[in-house]
Amino acid sequence: MKRVITVQDAVAMIPEGATIMIGGFMGCGNTHGILDALARSGKRGFTVICNDGAMLQGPDGSECYGVAKLIRNRQIKRLIATHVGLNPEVAQQMNEGTLQVDLLPQGSFVEMIRAGGAGLGGVLTPTGFSTIVEDSEFVHSVVDVDGKSYLLMRPLHADVALISGYEVDHYGNIWYKGTTRNFNQVMAMAADLVIVEADNLVEAGTIKPENVMTPGIVVDFIVDGGEAL
Amino acid sequence: MNREEIKPFIAKRVAKELHDGDVVNLGIGLPTMVPAFLPENVHVTLHAENGIIHAGGHPGEEAEPAYVVDAGGKPASVQTGGAFIDSSVSFSLIRGGHIDCTVLGALEVDEKGNLSNWIIPGKIVPGMGGAMDLVIGAKKVIVAMEHTAKGRPKILKQCTLPYTAVNCVDLIVTEMCVIRVTDGGFVLEEINPEFTVADVEAATEAELTVSPNLKPMA
Repeated sequence: MKRVITVQDAVAMIPEGATIMIGGFMGCGNTHGILDALARSGKRGFTVICNDGAMLQGPDGSECYGVAKLIRNRQIKRLIATHVGLNPEVAQQMNEGTLQVDLLPQGSFVEMIRAGGAGLGGVLTPTGFSTIVEDSEFVHSVVDVDGKSYLLMRPLHADVALISGYEVDHYGNIWYKGTTRNFNQVMAMAADLVIVEADNLVEAGTIKPENVMTPGIVVDFIVDGGEAL
Repeated sequence: MNREEIKPFIAKRVAKELHDGDVVNLGIGLPTMVPAFLPENVHVTLHAENGIIHAGGHPGEEAEPAYVVDAGGKPASVQTGGAFIDSSVSFSLIRGGHIDCTVLGALEVDEKGNLSNWIIPGKIVPGMGGAMDLVIGAKKVIVAMEHTAKGRPKILKQCTLPYTAVNCVDLIVTEMCVIRVTDGGFVLEEINPEFTVADVEAATEAELTVSPNLKPMA
């Protein structure tokens, strides 16, 4: 059984300056309750590994969706992402020199996270070859395998992963709804401390074992999003 | 051609490149107009790289934007027979050659089939998102775009902007013409009857070989 904690507990576990993986795609599948509380906390200096900077407007019309709140509050010093075009505040802070942004191809990004959680030394991908991605510090080298060129991408690992699950049972088993699975599934494997925010905290057995998408053994704590939101 | 006719005209021509049963990934903007022009007997499976196979459009009142969005972050749906997948599987499908065709826009394309479409250094830095993986992984890469950027050629001898990938573009469809990328450079295969070959050449920096079978574009 995993301990169920409050959003405030979750925020207290995240040190200033931590490297945080945040699941989600343009805000869909972000841990909205924890991110709201983290934004209110004012903690800063984070390195965030997240596909994007979400959007300035949520689907319900609210201002700053998901991870965009941390950007608005300037709590992030470095963002490792694939696409930041839907949140103009990212480019603004980049241009001011207050936010370092590292852009990686999305398919490389997800596999680097997977490698980080799967004990692999890197990822060999043809993506990014002969482009400026080769200059990234996340590229170890260009490797020739039987006449074809690949980039050897370094694994990504984080201090904390913030994972959004639709149904989460007391063992931490997760079922993701719709497209919210996106990066959550790989990130849940790739951090020292894994906190899942449950849209619905359910009894063990509610999620059939065959349908568990992330096994609870990788989860450390559960935030009951139903309580938090 | 009126400005508002340009994008549907390009999308209509791109639609002819898709075959029944194809798995297709469409970039945001103009490419998303393509399915509307498919004939009734051609059904394609749309892949959205954030994790939908058999993606559908905005589901109207049944939208659940907190849970189902497309690769542009907009409310979306999944059609019968489809699936939601995680990003790792999604990009494995892309790199692994399981996507038949991708259609996307470009800032520049050159005669080696090199593509630049993700960054204007110092000006616009949106990021490559899934584009670099899509253009190296999809079996067919179609660039659908306006022929010039406010009169400035985009079809060049050599791209000036950072590459998305090298040697990746198969076909370019614009409001003026259809150009195939071959080992010998650009071949002009079809032309919009509103333009002459000289018009196209004037709007194109790269050399064009006019196909002996040059056809009207429709």
